[in-house]
Amino acid sequence: MSDLTSFELEKVRSILKREPTETELGIFTVMWSEHCSYKSSRLHLKKLPTKSERVLVGPGENAGIIDIGNNYAIAFKIESHNHPSFIEPFQGAATGVGGILRDIFTMGARPLAVLDAIRFGPLDDPEWGDRNRRILEGVVGGIAHYGNCFGVPTVGGECVFEPCYNGNPLVNVFALGVFRHDEIFFGKATGVGNPVIYVGAKTGRDGIHGASMASAEFTEESKQKRPNVQVGDPFMEKLLLEACIEAMHTGAIVGIQDMGAAGLTCSTCEMGSRAGTGVEIDLSLVPQRETGMTPYEIMLSESQERMLLVAELGREHEVFDVFKKWGLDAVTVGSVTGDGLLRVKNHGVVVAEIPNRELADEAPLYDRPHNAAPYRKAPMEAPPITSRDSNRDLLALLASADVCSKRWIWEQYDSTIRTNTLAGPGGDAAIIRIKETGTSIAMSLDGNGRYCSLSPREGAKLLVAECCRNLSTVGALPVAATNNLNFGNPERPEIMAQLVEAIEGMSEACRHFETPITGGNVSLYNETLGEAIWPTPVMGIVGLLKTAPPVTVPFKNEGRTVLLLGGLGTVDATRFGGTQYAKVVLKQMWGLPPALDMDYEKRVHAAIREVINAGLAESAHDLGDGGLAVALAESTGSGIGAAISLATDLTPEFALFHEGPSRILVSTATPEAVEKVAREHMVACERIGVTMKGRLRIDNHSETWVDSPVDRLREVWENALEGLLAPVHV
Amino acid sequence: MKFGVVVFPGSNGDHDSWYAFSHDLGQKAEFIWHDSHSLGDVDAVILPGGFSYGDYLRCGAIAKFSPVMAAVRKFAAGGGLVLGFCNGFQILVESGLLPGALIRNRSLKFVSRMVTLRVETTNTPFTASAKKGQLLHLPVAHGEGCYMADERTLNALEAEDRVVVRYLDNPNGSLRDIAGICNEGRNVMGLMPHPERAADPLIGSADGRVILESLVQSVTAAHA
Repeated sequence: MSDLTSFELEKVRSILKREPTETELGIFTVMWSEHCSYKSSRLHLKKLPTKSERVLVGPGENAGIIDIGNNYAIAFKIESHNHPSFIEPFQGAATGVGGILRDIFTMGARPLAVLDAIRFGPLDDPEWGDRNRRILEGVVGGIAHYGNCFGVPTVGGECVFEPCYNGNPLVNVFALGVFRHDEIFFGKATGVGNPVIYVGAKTGRDGIHGASMASAEFTEESKQKRPNVQVGDPFMEKLLLEACIEAMHTGAIVGIQDMGAAGLTCSTCEMGSRAGTGVEIDLSLVPQRETGMTPYEIMLSESQERMLLVAELGREHEVFDVFKKWGLDAVTVGSVTGDGLLRVKNHGVVVAEIPNRELADEAPLYDRPHNAAPYRKAPMEAPPITSRDSNRDLLALLASADVCSKRWIWEQYDSTIRTNTLAGPGGDAAIIRIKETGTSIAMSLDGNGRYCSLSPREGAKLLVAECCRNLSTVGALPVAATNNLNFGNPERPEIMAQLVEAIEGMSEACRHFETPITGGNVSLYNETLGEAIWPTPVMGIVGLLKTAPPVTVPFKNEGRTVLLLGGLGTVDATRFGGTQYAKVVLKQMWGLPPALDMDYEKRVHAAIREVINAGLAESAHDLGDGGLAVALAESTGSGIGAAISLATDLTPEFALFHEGPSRILVSTATPEAVEKVAREHMVACERIGVTMKGRLRIDNHSETWVDSPVDRLREVWENALEGLLAPVHV
Repeated sequence: MKFGVVVFPGSNGDHDSWYAFSHDLGQKAEFIWHDSHSLGDVDAVILPGGFSYGDYLRCGAIAKFSPVMAAVRKFAAGGGLVLGFCNGFQILVESGLLPGALIRNRSLKFVSRMVTLRVETTNTPFTASAKKGQLLHLPVAHGEGCYMADERTLNALEAEDRVVVRYLDNPNGSLRDIAGICNEGRNVMGLMPHPERAADPLIGSADGRVILESLVQSVTAAHA
């Protein structure tokens, strides 16, 4: 089986100067798959900013690394497992977690946090509802299974529902780890003559061609691809983590890389290519779970929980001792050579011989046509909007799948293990402390296919802004980013145009907010039966702050001033078409995403960070989906509501539910001090009300728009997701 | 005075337990490897949370056969203080050091949240510093924490004042809201919630300290 095009096959022949063997063909097919080679996106990914003073390791390694001071660093990355999660939701999501965790600890960092951005078709979809519920339950169960057992806290993420994800759920997993500067390892096969050692789980037939499956559209045949999905063993991964870190400390390891997509193939040729060396292995030495496996199957297996490492010649036993202690296989399967070739033998017979560099780094590069307008279905023109009962609209939004509390999901994730979690799931950003340094790391994941489908360029900028706003709202300075680009078939110009525009918008925003991209993942061909998902870039941004008690979302005390930092903002009908109000209440979509002024946005971030870090805010919450009214309702978590008095000429639905960026809700005992900070940063700061016990009331001039006991708001918001999932249990 | 934290393959709360005793409470603490036949010179043993040996059979079912558990049994029989959190509680139950069983949560789902416990007795080395009726906010994080025992055992536990902590908001369906119990000798205790994850107000609660500190004081008293 080969998915190579005739052009690619010709290139293979010219590299080898002969016909490839069956095994070689398999090796080229996976290494040059979209998933491994980024052949459609690479040209455009170069546009992204990747450097700053903090960036120690940028794209191209297993994970990006940034300096956090005090001789410590963090490694982090996001990766998708979309296709496997559709075919087998539980194992697909579980191994997604396992894969990204290995990317982190293969660099020497101990994983300290996981976040997940997951997207499904609507739970109440008449045709797909049952299936979507099963996929959601499977994905959440899989993430919980793997992360909880491995012992890494899952501290946040997002969960979104749109019909475009029917049959193509998105599972994007972010992981972050910490280490000292002198503990960083790279995937390099250096030192001719050094032994190449295979460690961890045995190789089986699972996951063969997973990488190329992830690079194709879904068709009716895909349902037969279940054997392509790997099975995860988080216990094995936990042992592998401890053994790898302990083995690294012996000083006998010179390079290490996990076997993820394309398994043994990818790890051997990439390690050789990075070091400019050759790697020779004999497959008969590879620990195998099944009998009769062919070289092709062994090279392409994506069995989980395996690593390849290169040790210093003569010190292998130090590595073996550690792995023996942890009860894991560790076997020398070959050695580093000086000829630059990946030479694969089976019982001494050469079955493949390919130059490492050409295989790993010379994959075809495509400049796919993108001279079409980005694909969109929604009209530009706004429908006529008549004001309705805002109180009822607010409750409808709070009960909607996107806006409602995701407690049902995150209560299945261990979020407190390792005792670093200062702010777990449910807040604007998650915060974990680094015990050794007095520094904390804030993390936020954001995607918005809705905005991006209306304008990939503006949508991508809004995502970066939102992510940075989330971090700033907890007092953190955004410093670096990772991205997961989930798109349809790049061979269609109108889809490729979405990808290019999103990358360019993201690039501009990441430069503006000074958050270079240190790595990430591209997932293309997210289409089912010819229908593409919305363009769905997902950003993961990390920020730094001093370790301190976190400022959280809920109002804390009665009688405090409620401020809207950044101001109420404004909106017109065109810019209202991507809001949750348009989706949930009007059941329509049109126009453009909210307008963003990046200079102003950045000043708002600086202002809120100063407010938070000066201890001026008792609570803070950034305005996002559902706008001001939803943010107010979400702030009533501890039973304290507010009496809000607006004085706007906007219609109720615009004022309460528009999703303009650059706005943060703050409650404070010292409003003058907050206003002073806002003035210094030249941003608006409106006093909009006072907190009070038990009720949320929103008036405009003399008209009451919203008036509800906070208990009612909470009840609706807290229980909606369980209600939507309930039919599956009947 | 020294606290020993047992490490099974798959333990993942070992570091948290070690950190709570060594850093939050300033005590000496060390790890004890699962295939060790001796506990060394520790004064109290902690069985940490996690998924010992993967817990693919029944939680704690494999751990009970490990060499270190033979040493723990001996240590407990001699009156040594043993405290198990979460998977540690499951192992104590599987090992027969505590009665009953811990089965799948009623919800059939892993549950991770803050719960409120009531201290039911201060007549143990693990709660001596607490007040009877004191409420503690501690995190739980488990899939199999539903405490089960036959009526006679439950009645005996209550009659003998061996239910140490109870849930006010039972997260897993445990009978009689039991969150933690001790043995007849009152020197072995297990509980599903995590006091070791609640020893610093920065991470949400310091209510777990009263349990950890009670243990420290009991060990200190034994030394005096």
